[in-house]
Amino acid sequence: MEDNKPKYEVFVVNTAQYYTLHTKKFGMRKKWQAINPNEVLSIIPGTVLDIFVQTGQKVEEGQPLLKYEAMKMETTVDMPFAGIIKEILVAIGDRIKKDQVMILIEEE
Amino acid sequence: MSLKRNILDLRRRKKEAQQGGGEAAIGKQVAMGKKTARERIKAILDDNSFHEYDLFVEHTGKDFDMEKKVLHGDGVIIGTGTMYNQPVCIYAQDFTVAGGSLGLMHARKITKIMGLALKMRVPIIGINDSGGARIQEGVNSLAGYGEIFYRNTEASGVIPQLSVILGPCAGGAVYSPALTDFVFVVENISKMFITGPGVIKTVLGEEISMEELGGALVHSEITGNAHFYALSEDECFEQIKKLISFIPWNNTQKALRFPMQAPTFPVSIEDIVPSDPHYPYDIRDIIKAISDSSDFFEVMELFARNIVIGFGRIAGNTVGFVANQPMYLAGVLDCDSSDKAARFIRYCDAFNIPIVTLEDMPGYLPGVDQEHAGVIRHGAKLLYAYSEATVPKVTVIIRKAYGGGYIAMNSRHLGADFVYAWPTAEIAVMGPEGAANIVFRKEIDEAENPAEMRKQKIQEYKAKFANPFVAASKGYIDEVIEPLETRARLIHALEISENKVDKRPAKKHGIPPF
Repeated sequence: MEDNKPKYEVFVVNTAQYYTLHTKKFGMRKKWQAINPNEVLSIIPGTVLDIFVQTGQKVEEGQPLLKYEAMKMETTVDMPFAGIIKEILVAIGDRIKKDQVMILIEEE
Repeated sequence: MSLKRNILDLRRRKKEAQQGGGEAAIGKQVAMGKKTARERIKAILDDNSFHEYDLFVEHTGKDFDMEKKVLHGDGVIIGTGTMYNQPVCIYAQDFTVAGGSLGLMHARKITKIMGLALKMRVPIIGINDSGGARIQEGVNSLAGYGEIFYRNTEASGVIPQLSVILGPCAGGAVYSPALTDFVFVVENISKMFITGPGVIKTVLGEEISMEELGGALVHSEITGNAHFYALSEDECFEQIKKLISFIPWNNTQKALRFPMQAPTFPVSIEDIVPSDPHYPYDIRDIIKAISDSSDFFEVMELFARNIVIGFGRIAGNTVGFVANQPMYLAGVLDCDSSDKAARFIRYCDAFNIPIVTLEDMPGYLPGVDQEHAGVIRHGAKLLYAYSEATVPKVTVIIRKAYGGGYIAMNSRHLGADFVYAWPTAEIAVMGPEGAANIVFRKEIDEAENPAEMRKQKIQEYKAKFANPFVAASKGYIDEVIEPLETRARLIHALEISENKVDKRPAKKHGIPPF
């Protein structure tokens, strides 16, 4: 029985180290990342229909940034706070994934 | 003479209807590696015990030229038969007839046999193999699904409900199995999902195969929708027969009693657990070492493997085992394992099956994903299920019983009838490493050699608290036992608990953290 011992992983619970196996689902979990307020993310996958701003432009809070189509619906993404457009990372017609960074913004 | 003619006419009609979708469709079914609906029923029930009803039922569709079509039995076979010479109700969707699609009369046949099963207090087995709602029948087919769900809920906790997924089961159809007690799936044959790969691709641009999205393995390992995974239909039928042998026919009865058999597990129970508490072992070996014939029938083997659930027998009577599994994720509790164990405990409680809990867990799984996935409400299910259960409840603490996990794993405080601990048990608020860091923080920080001091304090804490005797001194543990005494103690505890009465306040129902 000792010969075919599985390869254990080190697993820490309350600072104690345990030797154990991981499950497939445990391996599939996503690492949490803090939300960066300067990234404008897509909420669901879709296609970019229109972009209303340019790099370097000063934008007011609530002003529309771009429009994209997802789930057969058009969604407009607005500026969350007054600031400047730092970089536009998508182009009209691009297919975007969920949680993709579309525009980088910055507070003035 | 005319009587003979009528009989021959009946035989001809029966033969024709029993052809289902006809030879070509049956050929296709077989080519997909699937058995026909009739073969499946035959394979599950005792030989020659099947009686079919509603063979001549016709569909009521009137639109899209449906009135011109003959659909034998409307795509589903219903009837009664026996398993272990005890009556059961069964239905099987027939994919060869209009893809097993569910129309109003198809659904009415299913609800008819479900109603019969409930009235007669016998198990119902449903074999699912259907393309989904019969679009031509519109809202009538939706009505059919709704009426099935209503009866599933009505029968829940009264009679055993088994769902066998032997083909596609998509859209609304998935919710009948989800409402039943046990779901069986077979590799390459079972497919379950709400929205299929086609829709997902069109709407979200995500490409995925049917097997990856909702195949047998996915539902056994990832979603937790399925309870039993088999590589072939034949293996699946054996699993059904085995499960049926462990459970009672309804909620007023006890499971079939078998003659007591000694365990046959080749390793001594004293040699299974490593002496170093940081090393794992397979908790199923302990279950086998204390069960009759070492026969353990695991439920949801591949899902949330950090907890093990399943049926075995002790002194000939069925018990439900719930056991932390140090082999996976060190046996921690998390969202999935709490959910898995809680539902099983409620099953056992509803069907008069005593619960034996084996405990060896270091705590809850740490992580943002767990907290955000709701480990608070999922973990609470376990507390609720144990506290609510009035069947005999026995706990054996093998090794670690730390913190919230100590409480959750059927502790005395949640109403355990008997709590035993092995001398290796460590019952404490947390493991010695974590506890020493907090309790002796000042001494460790101020020491000349903090690492050395920490080691020393861990030892000190270990000696004082990492044992079963503190809990035993408060009466939280009834007895500290030697591993070899475990089976005898369980036999006695279950014998004493045979006529247990535990009355709770009258209520319509509780509000568990679903």
